[in-house]
Amino acid sequence: MKLVTAVVKPHRVDDVKDALQRFGIQGLTITEVQGHGRQRGHTEVYRGAEYRIDTLPKTRLEVLVEDQDAPDVVDVIVTAARTGKIGDGKVWVVPVETVVRVRTGERGPDAL
Amino acid sequence: MNAADTAFVLISAALVMLMTPGLAFFYGGMVRVKSALNMLMMSFVSLGIVTVLWVLFGYSLAFGDDIGAGLLGNLDHIGLKGIRPETLTGGKEGIPVFAFALFQLMFAVITPALMSGALADRVKFSAWCLFITLWVSVVYFPVAHWVWQPGGWLFKLKVIDFAGGTAVHINAGVGALAALLVVGKRIGFRKDPMRPHSLPLVMLGAGLLWFGWFGFNAGSALAANGTAATMALNTQIATGAAMLGWLAYERVRHGAFTTLGAASGAVAGLVAITPSGAAVNAFGALLIGVVAGAVCSWAVGLKFRLGYDDSLDVIGVHLVGGLLGTLLVGLLATDGVGGAVQLGRQAAGAFAVLAYSFTLSWLLATLVDKVIGFRAAEDDEIAGLDRAFHAETAYDHSAAGGTTALRSAPPTPHEAPHHKKVDA
Repeated sequence: MKLVTAVVKPHRVDDVKDALQRFGIQGLTITEVQGHGRQRGHTEVYRGAEYRIDTLPKTRLEVLVEDQDAPDVVDVIVTAARTGKIGDGKVWVVPVETVVRVRTGERGPDAL
Repeated sequence: MNAADTAFVLISAALVMLMTPGLAFFYGGMVRVKSALNMLMMSFVSLGIVTVLWVLFGYSLAFGDDIGAGLLGNLDHIGLKGIRPETLTGGKEGIPVFAFALFQLMFAVITPALMSGALADRVKFSAWCLFITLWVSVVYFPVAHWVWQPGGWLFKLKVIDFAGGTAVHINAGVGALAALLVVGKRIGFRKDPMRPHSLPLVMLGAGLLWFGWFGFNAGSALAANGTAATMALNTQIATGAAMLGWLAYERVRHGAFTTLGAASGAVAGLVAITPSGAAVNAFGALLIGVVAGAVCSWAVGLKFRLGYDDSLDVIGVHLVGGLLGTLLVGLLATDGVGGAVQLGRQAAGAFAVLAYSFTLSWLLATLVDKVIGFRAAEDDEIAGLDRAFHAETAYDHSAAGGTTALRSAPPTPHEAPHHKKVDA
């Protein structure tokens, strides 16, 4: 099993979610996060004092998938999240040792 | 008794009362979220402290008969002694002294509260309460006497200060400067971003101040007459113009029309028109407003160049705006009053209040610092003053409707949720 983590622009989240549902993904976790990539942050002005705000609001999606689905899920997310402008985010995949469904106690791919 | 005047002054008193919570919102929105409640409370508590002091001796010191030399009122009216419901100001056409005393009380409440913005995020709440108790007693009550009591020496000097350019704004502005020099800078000043946590709250506060200021300025006529109407109109004109002045400066200098700039410009205009009363005409008000907006917008940047941490720009707005208004009315006063002589009187009044207030405020702040310590502990300042002094947080940010917050900090009655005793 793999954990696919995507950090995307907040306004792309609905499209990514819809695309994942169409692909057949049952569950996912969404978190509001702050961060920056190569684009860094932006500047705000308060009574003439300019503040460099290093982090921008982003949304993190986490999806657990079976090994063979991982590349496709990554493609689905990338396609749905892409605007082509700077700050579109990142997607990465890491191996997962165990998954347990809390309600039934099922383990492994059955728990996905 | 003049019923119309009485009704007008009572309503004006209520309008001015609302300015202090308005100021609390104006300042409260400008600080970081961790000390938002503390900022609100620094203003709000003045409604309690100064009210009590006013009844005990404040009214008497400010508006009692002069003890001589125009410096202070006598103690004839401590505990509001000798004033009855039927006691009137002036002659038979006056208003009840109680209405006047209530109206003037609201000025005494908001003036120390104005200083709180300069000390945001870093002082002990108990020290602040002690400081404003001493400050209104030793600085505000005498200065109000100088300016507004017919026996006061600045009154007799014919300084025009209709609603409090010297007694309120210069006084509080320079008092704030003295206090912040004693207290020092916030940790992280000029290094960490210290963004306002809620600009909508700032805008709400500015709106309430603008609204209440009609009572502050027009009400100072103490009569429902043409002077009050002129002052109400001048207030609106100067405030609108100052907002545009600030925004224009900001657009040219920083490239944006900011919300904070609009709110700040409005307050700068309100401050600057305060001393004028009906002494200027509509064009005078317009000029005072535009100049105040643009100059204050520039003045708030001085703290970064000079390295003092006037956190919410009490000096840049109230001291600079108060000085501008007090001096400009010397030039712009109509009916042949304005000119070099009047400008000289205005400058003398402003300088007297500057010197007195700065010296006494510095001494009082130093006294508070020596006796109980003015400054909050470093870890409390970093963690935020709300939890340290008020055992509360301004907003519940937990996504799960508060349940996670409850789990991490179970409610334990009689025990503060802080690791140590709440040392306010």
